Amino acid sequence: MEAVSGAIFLMLGLGFGCAVVLSVASKVFYVWEDPRIAQVEYCMAGANCGGCGFAGCTAAAAAIVAGKAPPSACIVGGSECAENIAAVMGMEAGAAEAILSKNTCKGGDRADDKYSYMGINTCAAMAELYGGKRVCSIGCVGYGDCVRSCLFDAVEIGENGFPVVDEVKCVGCGACQKACPKGIIHVKTMSERLLSMNQEDGAHAPCAQTCPAQIDIPKYIKQITEGDYEGAVNTIRERNPLLLACGRVCPHPCEDECRRAIEDDEAVSINQLKRFVADYEMNSGKKFPITCAPDTGKRIAVIGGGPAGLSCAYFLRRLGHSPTIYDMMPKLGGIIRYGIPEYRLPKKDVLEWECQRILDLGIEAKMNTKLGVDFTVQSLRDEGYDAIFMGIGAWKDYELGIDGENLKGCFTGIDFLSRFSVAQQGDSDEKIPIGNNCIVIGGGNTAIDCVRTLVRLGAKKVSIVYRRTRNEMPANEVEIVAAEHEGIDFTFLAAPNKVIDDGNGHIKGLEYLKMELGEPDASGRRRPVPIEGSETVMEADMLITAIGQKPDIFFKEKEELLADLQTTRWDTIDQVDEDTLQSSIPYIFTAGDSATGASLVVEAIGGGRRAARSIHQYLNGEPVTPAPKSLFQRHIPGSLFDSVPGVGKTERTPMPELPVDERIKSFIEADLVISEDDAKHESNRCLYCCRVCYNKDTDAA
Amino acid sequence: MTEPFFELMFAGIFVNNIVLAQFLGQCPFLGTSKKMSTATGMSMAVVFVLILAAVFTWFINNLLVKHDLDYLQIVSFILVIASLVQFVEMFLKKMVPPLYSSLGIFLPLITTNCAVMGACLINAGKEEYLFMDCIINALAYAIGFGLALILFAGVRERIILARVPKPLEDASIGLVTAGIIALTFYTFQGMV
Ligand SMILES: Cc1cc2nc3c(=O)[nH]c(=O)nc-3n(C[C@H](O)[C@H](O)[C@H](O)COP(=O)(O)OP(=O)(O)OC[C@H]3O[C@@H](n4cnc5c(N)ncnc54)[C@H](O)[C@@H]3O)c2cc1C
Repeated sequence: MEAVSGAIFLMLGLGFGCAVVLSVASKVFYVWEDPRIAQVEYCMAGANCGGCGFAGCTAAAAAIVAGKAPPSACIVGGSECAENIAAVMGMEAGAAEAILSKNTCKGGDRADDKYSYMGINTCAAMAELYGGKRVCSIGCVGYGDCVRSCLFDAVEIGENGFPVVDEVKCVGCGACQKACPKGIIHVKTMSERLLSMNQEDGAHAPCAQTCPAQIDIPKYIKQITEGDYEGAVNTIRERNPLLLACGRVCPHPCEDECRRAIEDDEAVSINQLKRFVADYEMNSGKKFPITCAPDTGKRIAVIGGGPAGLSCAYFLRRLGHSPTIYDMMPKLGGIIRYGIPEYRLPKKDVLEWECQRILDLGIEAKMNTKLGVDFTVQSLRDEGYDAIFMGIGAWKDYELGIDGENLKGCFTGIDFLSRFSVAQQGDSDEKIPIGNNCIVIGGGNTAIDCVRTLVRLGAKKVSIVYRRTRNEMPANEVEIVAAEHEGIDFTFLAAPNKVIDDGNGHIKGLEYLKMELGEPDASGRRRPVPIEGSETVMEADMLITAIGQKPDIFFKEKEELLADLQTTRWDTIDQVDEDTLQSSIPYIFTAGDSATGASLVVEAIGGGRRAARSIHQYLNGEPVTPAPKSLFQRHIPGSLFDSVPGVGKTERTPMPELPVDERIKSFIEADLVISEDDAKHESNRCLYCCRVCYNKDTDAA
Repeated sequence: MTEPFFELMFAGIFVNNIVLAQFLGQCPFLGTSKKMSTATGMSMAVVFVLILAAVFTWFINNLLVKHDLDYLQIVSFILVIASLVQFVEMFLKKMVPPLYSSLGIFLPLITTNCAVMGACLINAGKEEYLFMDCIINALAYAIGFGLALILFAGVRERIILARVPKPLEDASIGLVTAGIIALTFYTFQGMV
């Protein structure tokens, strides 16, 4: 009896002692912890399996509460668990960004073998041996380590020898990415995908490496062959929000590097395919949804609503920030609205729709407000903007510096085109008097747009006067050809000398010197030199000078703070690094024509995205740096392979256009969209190149 | 100390290895041996907890023996060890956060670890052991546990690369390997 009571007392004593010690300890060693962590952990499956990538459920719960993981992080709990957690966190289950796995290899078994492999059947083992048996250093080796690593059956090796991810089953756990020794499977959130840059060790086709906006061209062409037009539009929108505009006016540098064109075939008509899917969306009456990351509450002032500004605002918005656009003109679009004429890009039907889609993401635009007049950088700072983007374009025309260029009847390019456009779109009632016999000086896009506009306005004779020859004209080739068809008169090798007065202060003609090509200069081009005594007079009653533009940075003088904003001798805004586009004032970023000088729409769009990436880094308090191994303005060495054996010739789809005599009477759009059948045909011409391999005719899908 | 230090250590680590000769602590042995980094973390945590547990259970055991209550060993040890681990977890969290962040997640896994419990019971069963013997024995067992775990993790990391018949994949082949490693440890039998 005594022994039993002794035992009972001892156990009671021990238990009591432990209880006291623990309860005292829990007070003394109390560490404040967000109570939601415990609540979130309660919702989880509690398996401590680590499938989410965190060390156990507590760690995962802490990460969710800290905002580092989505409510759907627990891969065992399923959707009910995600909803409960989301309820604890006070957000919608879908609000956090979904993470998805994507494969980047376009065909692992297309590349030739270096050696015959008889070892263990896993990618990891094979990759140990000279990086795998394929000659391609980056592509899929095809033994399916990813398939085995996936707990959800979401990955399988498809018929082309590379992994195919089932997006419905994928939970974004990242196991496949870790298992892949070649790094071709990328598990990323939408934001990470929007910000990713072409990299030296990536799987990029020559065309995609060349595109200044870095669009994954083979991917959207593939989606077109499959009839997945929505997918194609989304692929383009990951890099370029202005697909309707680019589909019409882009001079498609990508097609210059198309591998189909390196032998005696013609390049795939990439831009027409882009236009086809872009028009498909617009004409379908649907609006393919564009998703944005959860709001971050950061505000950015975007000065200039041209392609660069629109692109930057669009990407910032999709990353969850809140940009506001300020622009001096009555409507958005910049040069593509007020420079590029109606017959190339219809404003009301096309551009308006595209700009509205961007604004519909939740972007505010303040029109008719000009930096340096209606607001200043300081006033933006005072309003609490966290960063500023300046994409003010290049709107100041260069002058010739010759006698008489200010006579009546003389205009400059951008000034003429934009004033005319504003009136044409009903925002002013100015009527510019048009001459009968017009001369346009210059050889770029502005000059061509001026002449083609003048023809449509009823000028009897329109001539272009250019200092060099046709080969050197910087305008888009298709534009020059169209101008030739429309009956423009070209005078090459002519240097304007003076504008002749008719005695009443109005222009009567242009005197120019004939030139001849002399010795090649540093750039290898033969320099035009004037022939002495060759003065010639060309009659004219209207003259437009379109010899280039530069940014108008008058606002620098208006504000002391902007003395620190470095500019170049071409008046462009100087950047710390051309890739990050941060200016000498850390919170100001730039892109487009105001950063590079007059350039292209795609260049401005690509720049807008790079600037958005830098701004995102800046707002997160990270150092602003370019992507590691960034492929900015260069190609992967050796990726422009110089022959494509096994590919037969096929015909390139011609561009449908209005007949000349019909189109020069009006401003109706001159170039038309290709038909669905043609789009199918054209998309099947793509070789789906990667850096060393491509589809041969026999294995074309 | 009644026994020479070296002998105690050698016997604890190799001859009577707690996992491979006495087959205790199998669940963490299989559960945390997939990756080398987890295995080392777990080993550290076991060393830490086992020594503390040995200290406390020695006092409890003396108390029990004095009152002729040896039959309460298991119950009271469970109580004390579980409370101890909880206490240590709280203590580290507040006072030594860096140590907590490296060992913290393993501590709850040890609360009910039979290797810890087993080592303490073995100590209690040896009447000739003095305090220091118990501590050294516990240290040796803990090191033995860590050794087995790390060896095994090293093998398993490599086995993933091997061609294994489907029914034998993962845990099954793990058990087979564990058996073979245990056999090799049998060669130490009788040395001390
Ligand atoms: C006539 C012409 C034809 C062209 N044709 C083509 C073509 O066919 N294909 C092609 O790819 N590229 C073409 N380009 C080039 C292309 O249009 C430009 O590279 C592109 O528009 C640059 O975009 P951006 O956003 O940098 O500048 P912009 O488009 O110039 O936009 C700048 C914006 O900033 C606003 N802004 C300027 N100053 C201020 C201020 N102080 N305060 C507030 N807002 C301000 C302007 O109103 C404008 O909206 C052409 C250019 C011209 C001039």
